[in-house]
Amino acid sequence: MRAREAFFMALEALRVNRLRSVLTMLGVIIGVLAVVILVAIGSGAKNAIEREISGLGSNIILVVPGQLSVGAAPTQSRLSLSDAAFVRRVVGDPSKVTVSVQSGETVRVGRQEAFVTIVGTDENLPNIFQRPLDRGRYLTETDVDTRRRVTVLGAEVADQLFGDVDPVGRQITVSGARFRVVGVYTTVGATFGVARDKEVHVPVTTAQRLIGADRINGIAVGASGPDEIEPLQQKVVAALGERYPGERFSAVTQTQLLGTIGSVLGMLTGVLAAIAGISLLVGGVGVSNIMLVSVRERTREIGLRKALGARQRDVLTQFLIEAVLLTTIGGLLGILLGVGGALAIQAATPVPAAITWWSIALAFGVSVAVGVFFGVAPARRAGRLDPVVALRAE
Amino acid sequence: MSAALEAVDLKRSYQLEGVSVEALRGVSLRIEPGEFVAIIGPSGSGKSTLMHLLGCLDRPTSGALRVNGVEMSGLSDTSLAELRNRTIGFVFQSFHLLGRTSALDNVALPLVYRGTGKAERRDRARRALEAVGLGHRLDHRPSQMSGGEQQRVAIARALVGEPSVLLADEPTGNLDTRNGDEVMAILDRLNADSGVAIVLVTHEPEVAAHARRQIHVRDGLIELDTALAERARDEGGAR
Repeated sequence: MRAREAFFMALEALRVNRLRSVLTMLGVIIGVLAVVILVAIGSGAKNAIEREISGLGSNIILVVPGQLSVGAAPTQSRLSLSDAAFVRRVVGDPSKVTVSVQSGETVRVGRQEAFVTIVGTDENLPNIFQRPLDRGRYLTETDVDTRRRVTVLGAEVADQLFGDVDPVGRQITVSGARFRVVGVYTTVGATFGVARDKEVHVPVTTAQRLIGADRINGIAVGASGPDEIEPLQQKVVAALGERYPGERFSAVTQTQLLGTIGSVLGMLTGVLAAIAGISLLVGGVGVSNIMLVSVRERTREIGLRKALGARQRDVLTQFLIEAVLLTTIGGLLGILLGVGGALAIQAATPVPAAITWWSIALAFGVSVAVGVFFGVAPARRAGRLDPVVALRAE
Repeated sequence: MSAALEAVDLKRSYQLEGVSVEALRGVSLRIEPGEFVAIIGPSGSGKSTLMHLLGCLDRPTSGALRVNGVEMSGLSDTSLAELRNRTIGFVFQSFHLLGRTSALDNVALPLVYRGTGKAERRDRARRALEAVGLGHRLDHRPSQMSGGEQQRVAIARALVGEPSVLLADEPTGNLDTRNGDEVMAILDRLNADSGVAIVLVTHEPEVAAHARRQIHVRDGLIELDTALAERARDEGGAR
């Protein structure tokens, strides 16, 4: 028998039992769909976070006291502006070092109120981070040195407080103190859930007086190139360790953040895919079950085919192709629905989804393999049937 | 010229719950090309077992069976399937047609296993259906045809591969008298026209009467073979 004939014979058998075929496929469809969607969401999340991190700027090293953990703001800081000056000397290029001190405050313009993050920083911020201005100017060295009450607003704060009015030159009130707006940033989005468009930047010296503290939360260093990052990182940490013996300082780079987060999310995606894979396996058991029922039901047909000259392998091939067709068609439908579902989720919710080719190829490959694996036993049983017994079957 | 079928001391026993049951206890017969033979016997006589052996669907416990001079005991299952496909046509009591499949495709099925191309298959299947008077029923499915028509489709299927022997197991058993007569008339004509040897298994004497030679089977043995009886009578008369 030619392969083509076997293929059409199997297709015909599936067509005849349409409802049963579809129900059997359903297990595979759901399994593949789950794999594709979950992997898409996992990869989407990873891509989004990677985009956020690289959106900060390039070659950034963040120095914080203690042990750094992603997402948790260090509470007790012993870093101060003099440490920032020390790091500037260590790095050599003072313009490539900036500082940050943060506090949540309510700001007011007339009756408009907004809860924002006050960020105390200096004139070097734009040398390290990507914060393009929409209008006005950045903070200057003089602003910092003379402790001026000037501010550069995040895009969302500006919009909330001033609406369509140009905020530059106008005043806002923070904890009873008046600040003059000198600039407005463009929209940059969120990083790690930190809404950077809801920040209000003021000179670090002004911020420290406002908060009533000498500390700063962290120091950011910009390396001149990707190769400089690691040596510079080690140099800074070592210098700070010498300055404060017995204390720990952490310096983390974007690459390290990307690596850590990437591997965590990759693992998560893998686990999700494996769980979805289990449902694919269950779908395969369903295929095996239905194929066994089908072989029993069609015993007489098998006997007849053998009487007419079908060899053992002809019958085996026919049933194996049926099983593989079931899972393959199911797999293709699952991929279509999974891709559609992932796109729908992306369109309807803030969950990012990235459809990856490897997950589609894997899902397809596994569904074909499931068909072969779970189809072999029923197909062998069909092929081995004794024609005399099979012809007599009820 | 070798016989279409030649059996020598065929025995077949089954194990039923540990007990050996002898269905055939030593059957020898020789069927020449183009012969029309009826195997007659009550149920349980072993005639179905004999027919399965003659059709190479089963293997004897002992004894030899030659199909067109080829000893079947030396053949693998695969070779036996090919032998069935090329030299033997089957007609069953309950037709055994594939449901939801057109008459044409049912008839063409043996050619599928022979690897014949689609166009040739359809052409030969159509001619076989025309030969049994069903040229107008090519695309009908079994459920759309009468029992007589279904059995004629089965006959066309048995003949499409141009076998040397057609084995018919109670071909009229599920048919009324008129349809049964019609089927027998077709078998008579095919035997006369195409020269295919026909072995008819039946328990009805009227059906068996269509055959020139009758073999009576009882308790797993040949009780009477009219060909041998005639020869014996002729020889006796000559003496």
